[in-house]
Amino acid sequence: MLLLGIPGALALILFHYLPLLGNVIAFQDYQPYLGFTESEWVGFSNFAFLWNGNPEFLNALWNTLILTVIQTVLVFPVPLVLALLLNSLAGERLKRLLQSVFYLPHFLSWVIVVALFQQMLGNAGMLNTFLVQHDLPVLHIIGVPDLFKALVTSQAIWKDAGWGTIIFLAAISRIDQEQYEAAAVDGATAWQRLINITLPSLKGLFILLLILRLGSSLSVGFEQIILQQGPVGIQASEVLDTWVYNNGIIGGNWGISGAVGLFKGVVGVLLVVGANKLAHAFGERGVYEK
Amino acid sequence: MTTLEQSTVAKDRVSAPARASGKRPPWMEKPNPVTQAVKFLALVICVALVVIPFWSVIATSIADQTTINAAGGGMVMWPKGVTFSSYAAVLSGGVVTRAVVISVGITVVGTLLSLAATAGLAYWLSRPNALLGKPVLMLVLGAVLFSPGLIPTYLVVKQFNLLDSWWSLILPVLVNAFNVIVMRAFFQELPQELFESAAIDGASSATILFRIVLPLSKAVMAVIGLFYAVAYWNAFFNAMLYIQSTDKWPMALVLRTYVVNQTTIGGDQVSAEVLPPQLSLQMAILVIAIVPILVVYPFLQRHFAKGVMIGAVKG
Repeated sequence: MLLLGIPGALALILFHYLPLLGNVIAFQDYQPYLGFTESEWVGFSNFAFLWNGNPEFLNALWNTLILTVIQTVLVFPVPLVLALLLNSLAGERLKRLLQSVFYLPHFLSWVIVVALFQQMLGNAGMLNTFLVQHDLPVLHIIGVPDLFKALVTSQAIWKDAGWGTIIFLAAISRIDQEQYEAAAVDGATAWQRLINITLPSLKGLFILLLILRLGSSLSVGFEQIILQQGPVGIQASEVLDTWVYNNGIIGGNWGISGAVGLFKGVVGVLLVVGANKLAHAFGERGVYEK
Repeated sequence: MTTLEQSTVAKDRVSAPARASGKRPPWMEKPNPVTQAVKFLALVICVALVVIPFWSVIATSIADQTTINAAGGGMVMWPKGVTFSSYAAVLSGGVVTRAVVISVGITVVGTLLSLAATAGLAYWLSRPNALLGKPVLMLVLGAVLFSPGLIPTYLVVKQFNLLDSWWSLILPVLVNAFNVIVMRAFFQELPQELFESAAIDGASSATILFRIVLPLSKAVMAVIGLFYAVAYWNAFFNAMLYIQSTDKWPMALVLRTYVVNQTTIGGDQVSAEVLPPQLSLQMAILVIAIVPILVVYPFLQRHFAKGVMIGAVKG
């Protein structure tokens, strides 16, 4: 029994826990030829970016925070709205067909999604071909720094909004139908039933998902952004993840980028714990019990 | 276990029993035509947003030069002259053909190894009183909660001399801890008396796994296997990090270079007497990357909601 499980456990130890320990490079002047053991320990000096106002770091942090806010406000509620819309349809077969269509983009990789968006909205893409054919001005959308955050946000919605409905649809299906019937008999309109029955029943789930979202709030789509960073430039597109990649893997500043990565991870854990405390304070269950 | 069962029921038919027939319950008012029209319009727009990109990518990949020229060199919605020359060019040798072979290889080998490792670990953790059961369960749960950063992971892969090796695309992602938890939950649902009687009859735990557990777990193996396969086929991030030589590129890197970054595709990359239009070649590459997903999608779809819900309830 042990023997069968060992390869899996070993894979987790070697490629998950060993790298977790490897975060010690955040406190080292890591040199690849010296390795983890021989590199010089430098205390917290790699974390200087936190207090010396490194402009590149601040830019990446700023872009990350803006994207987090946009994504939490705009992207996060879309699946709920879509789920309510789907749920309000009577036809079971139609509903299932629509679900099949909406879930599909989730299974495409970011490379494919970015390529599809380019072909649709790029300067030679479908939208602009159509506009040119009808003597309308070309819309520059892809590769424009000012529109980058909007573009990234719409891609996130396109890819995962449909998939996100699964969990809401399942929760909606567990709401006791008799509540709706009783409310309707008492004269509640469809809108009142939505506001007073459906939404309150989904509150706990919504808060749970929001807390989980907070935990990854400093990760705003590494693959998606690195793929599109070239044309729009660092200023508009650099986020913490790409900063770590560009400075560490590309630039070879192992210690500092390791420190930023660790900072990001610790903030994520603290946000989840903090948000969970807050949820408990408001009498919600949160991710884990008290 | 009631929650789990409910979610299983909710798998395909994600609506309440009262409305499963698709009929409006007697207490519900007649739909207002204006709201119906607005809803209908919203859904049509959503469907169009998903379907049109796929459609025009496929249409452009089979369009000939004249159709593309007629579209001003851009994407095509209705190809007038249909030709499969871009597919022939891309698939008869060259960088794309090699990438397809590499990606298929990584997907097949990776999925088999991942399934074996995941099932082994899940089986270990599903047995009551297994040796080291508690600490290993903590190990798996910890891996779900804490993810190591990019830099240390890269350095570990480098330390193991896996850079520029196809193993760097498999070993670091061999076991997905979340999948272990889902599979363990499934194994625990199996009738435990079967194991006990088999053990009394002298079956070793390996025999129990292969002769009893796995034959009873085809559904969960299929789901998890498909999830792994899609992840291996789509893997871009690790390929970008770890694979340096262009002759080892999987599909994702080819896609980035020739479709996203639009590097010119010439006679060195594909083999064709007359080079098809660049756009058709690019779209053919894109379609080749999408098709495997579309092929497994119906199978995935039948099961994934179940997998997601088991994870949500048990995780």
